Amino acid sequence: MSEAHGKPKGGDASSVAAGEAPFITGPQSIDDTLIDRALCTALEHGGDFADLYFEYRRAASISMEDGRVRSVGGGIDLGVGVRVVHGTAVGYAFAESLEPEELLAAARTAARIATGGGAVEPVAVSRRPRSNLYPVKTEVVDVPGVDRVALLRRADAAARAADSRIMRVDASLVSVHKEILVCNSRGAVVHDVQPMARIGVSVVASGGERTESGSSGGGGRFGLEYFDKISPEDHGQEAARVALVNLDSRPAPAGVMPVVLAPGDSGILLHEAVGHGLEADFARKRTSNYTDRVGESVASELVTVIDDPAIEGSRGSINVDDEGEMPREQRLIEDGVLRGYMHDRISADHFDLSASGSGRRESFREVPLPRMTNTLMTAGEDDPEEIIQSVSKGVYAKKFSGGQVNISNGDFVFSLTEGYLIEDGKLTAPLKGVNLIGNGPEALATVSRVGHDYLLSDGMWTCGKDGQSVPVGVGMPTVKLDELTVGGTEA
Amino acid sequence: MPTTKASQEILGRLTATAEHALSTLRTLGVDHAEVSVGVGKELEVGVRSDEPELVKEAQSSGLSVRVMRNERVATSSTTDLSPDAVAAFLAGVVEMAEISEPDPMAAPPEPSALASGDALPDLDLFDPDTDGIDAAKALELAKAGERAAFAADERITTSEGASFSRSSGHSVLGTTGGFLGTRLGTYQSLVVQAVADDEGGKKRNGVFWTGGRFFEDLDDPASVGAEAARRAVRTLGASKMPTGQYPVVFDKDAARAIIGLVASCILGDAVYRKRSYLAERLGSQVAAAGVTVVDDPFVARGPGSRRFDGEGRPVSRREVIQGGVLSTFLLDTYSARKLELEPTGSASGGGGIPHSSTSNLYLRAGDVEPSALLEGIETGLYVNRMMGFGFDSVTGNFSRGAEGFLIENGKLTRPVGEITISRNLDEILGGIDRIANDLEHRTSVAAPSFRVDHMTIAGT
Repeated sequence: MSEAHGKPKGGDASSVAAGEAPFITGPQSIDDTLIDRALCTALEHGGDFADLYFEYRRAASISMEDGRVRSVGGGIDLGVGVRVVHGTAVGYAFAESLEPEELLAAARTAARIATGGGAVEPVAVSRRPRSNLYPVKTEVVDVPGVDRVALLRRADAAARAADSRIMRVDASLVSVHKEILVCNSRGAVVHDVQPMARIGVSVVASGGERTESGSSGGGGRFGLEYFDKISPEDHGQEAARVALVNLDSRPAPAGVMPVVLAPGDSGILLHEAVGHGLEADFARKRTSNYTDRVGESVASELVTVIDDPAIEGSRGSINVDDEGEMPREQRLIEDGVLRGYMHDRISADHFDLSASGSGRRESFREVPLPRMTNTLMTAGEDDPEEIIQSVSKGVYAKKFSGGQVNISNGDFVFSLTEGYLIEDGKLTAPLKGVNLIGNGPEALATVSRVGHDYLLSDGMWTCGKDGQSVPVGVGMPTVKLDELTVGGTEA
Repeated sequence: MPTTKASQEILGRLTATAEHALSTLRTLGVDHAEVSVGVGKELEVGVRSDEPELVKEAQSSGLSVRVMRNERVATSSTTDLSPDAVAAFLAGVVEMAEISEPDPMAAPPEPSALASGDALPDLDLFDPDTDGIDAAKALELAKAGERAAFAADERITTSEGASFSRSSGHSVLGTTGGFLGTRLGTYQSLVVQAVADDEGGKKRNGVFWTGGRFFEDLDDPASVGAEAARRAVRTLGASKMPTGQYPVVFDKDAARAIIGLVASCILGDAVYRKRSYLAERLGSQVAAAGVTVVDDPFVARGPGSRRFDGEGRPVSRREVIQGGVLSTFLLDTYSARKLELEPTGSASGGGGIPHSSTSNLYLRAGDVEPSALLEGIETGLYVNRMMGFGFDSVTGNFSRGAEGFLIENGKLTRPVGEITISRNLDEILGGIDRIANDLEHRTSVAAPSFRVDHMTIAGT
């Protein structure tokens, strides 16, 4: 990934946290002998590959409603998943405990996928070092409760102070300390400590006959220092700003027109329009519209799309993937040409490639799948102001509540929560929430301008696939699509 | 309630754990606590191209609690039910309540308002044969579904696979207010996803599924596979339609999604948090006169059925919208207090922060055949799939991606895709002018197909 994105390069092996998970330290810590025994059990009927995924998740959350703490919550989740891969078939079982007999029982259950084969010897395991993309001094989850409440109170107060039309404020802070230990039959044993924090503020504003809402959120694999950069007040004011803008919104147009995407959050378009379709399980099953299209043009030549797991502190970043692979930057589309897919172990073996470190899972209860980390479009050369000025009638899309894609035909939608009409090269009226729809390669072929203002979205996105949620990041410069369907009510 | 000996044993053990946790919490000085203890079993298998792709088998357990002390609330959960771990866990939750803030509204239901644990209805939610479905049988069912999809139409070129899963659960909810109730249930489902190749590298997928509390109620795999294939090939060649205003017919899957949006706006949480456009509309017309929306926890074998709510209150059938008039919200204790209304026994779950929730919520069926919805439509849209999250509950603004068929002169003529449909939900409900008779309780939110007089379609 080029430095054009102004991204700090992370990594200082010395700053890796020691860890507190009971499989790392204390009487239940897992030694290499037990790992070896469990992997041998997993492969006792044969199979190509086996892995153990130990997970410890300590969470703390606070929700505040209208200035009062409604609830505090939190807890610890702990367990291990055992996977046996035999061709493209997966046997999976998990135990919600570290007891050796439960681990071995799970290994025996998972092993049943490969009946009839002879036992396979795993490679002797060795502990692998790694660098750290998210060195954190004070994890938010370890901040005393009263201080976490104080952060929300600041957000709440700032939202209320923004305008007398703000009639309700809700805020929440979720923080997680997650540790994983991934051990596989190819000899890897990797431990990682993955902190996460996310603040969210949502407000309702009322003016005249109308009631509208606005929200703001952010965070990532940061500690308390996140709030030095973007304060709780910033989020409170931003949520209020959006709600107030929407009080003046008017019905959006319907039909095909130019759309200018604001930098940052608009990266959700990439995530939906190209990202999911390039997850290699779909290419392996030949169910995605991007199947067999490596080397072909799938976008305007202005478009370069990257999946980058190594942005320091970003919500989608990972030091190691959930199969024990070291993630690498994936150049998905270069100058409009499809370069490759994101692979997990199974798809990499299928295509005879090395795994790209894209195997991720929601928890030890789930199998890993090829997933995105931080999906970005690189900066272009255009001036963002001039991009807007080039549109005589269209839509400027700024904030989104989410998106979705149909993998098979490539149609994607994303839902706009803050947008503006562009008339004669100027942003005019704010628009009511509206859905945008397009087809991945067809929409990206109409990209005619790319700004020099690349921006990483503040960490708030969660991606769902096959019922599994994982945190992801997106980023994008200002981009103009000549044609996209805007789903307003004004036909 | 008739249960097997195995179930009785499990429930007995869970009851003992719950009672022990409640007495520990009393010792720790809480004013109120709700404890939910449960165990579950699951099997999930997937096949693709007639080969096994996944066999996943697991058991899980969990204890979740909500405690109140000096009007301060904390919640937590753990999967470790060993006595030492539970003791440490409970002490931690009580400590956590210290950083909360006093909230008088959070007080629990009066003991007199709780259901009696002995007099709960039997809703026939547990199939004693479900746990006995082993991986070999599950794989056969999934393979049969996938094979049927390939056999049904030669244009089916690949598949996203077929999967079968089953789950069973037992749980006990106990409160310091004196409620103790047991729950048990099973669920199984078969899903087939067929894919056909279209022009320009596009694929068209068709998904169909069957599921239910009892294995015997499932459709046979052959019919599920054939329907998945039919759904894939019927969308071949889909293209946009011209932008404009048209009548729209929602099939029962799409109709269910619309009714799900209504559900999100009649929950007490959304109402007191001012996140519902229906917040000030109680007692007024919010839909066409033919629209009656019911929340019924007592549907036998229903996916959303429940014997008591998450706070131990008795549950009841409610007509939420009656002949188009909004007659009640669905309220847990907290949202009812906030709104100065009576709770409706609609608290979710148990052991966490209770939220207002639906049980089996459905739009009452009309009396015409689904095909009659098309009659008299010169040009319109038949929607069978929607995409995206384009709904704002605060304003009712609705705008989502859609797929389906063009309606011309009362007939479906060609597949349509890559369009959006938009209109405010308030107007959509007011514009429902025909409701069909094809309601099924296959999902906890359900609806028959219906027609809306017009919506804006953005296409070419």
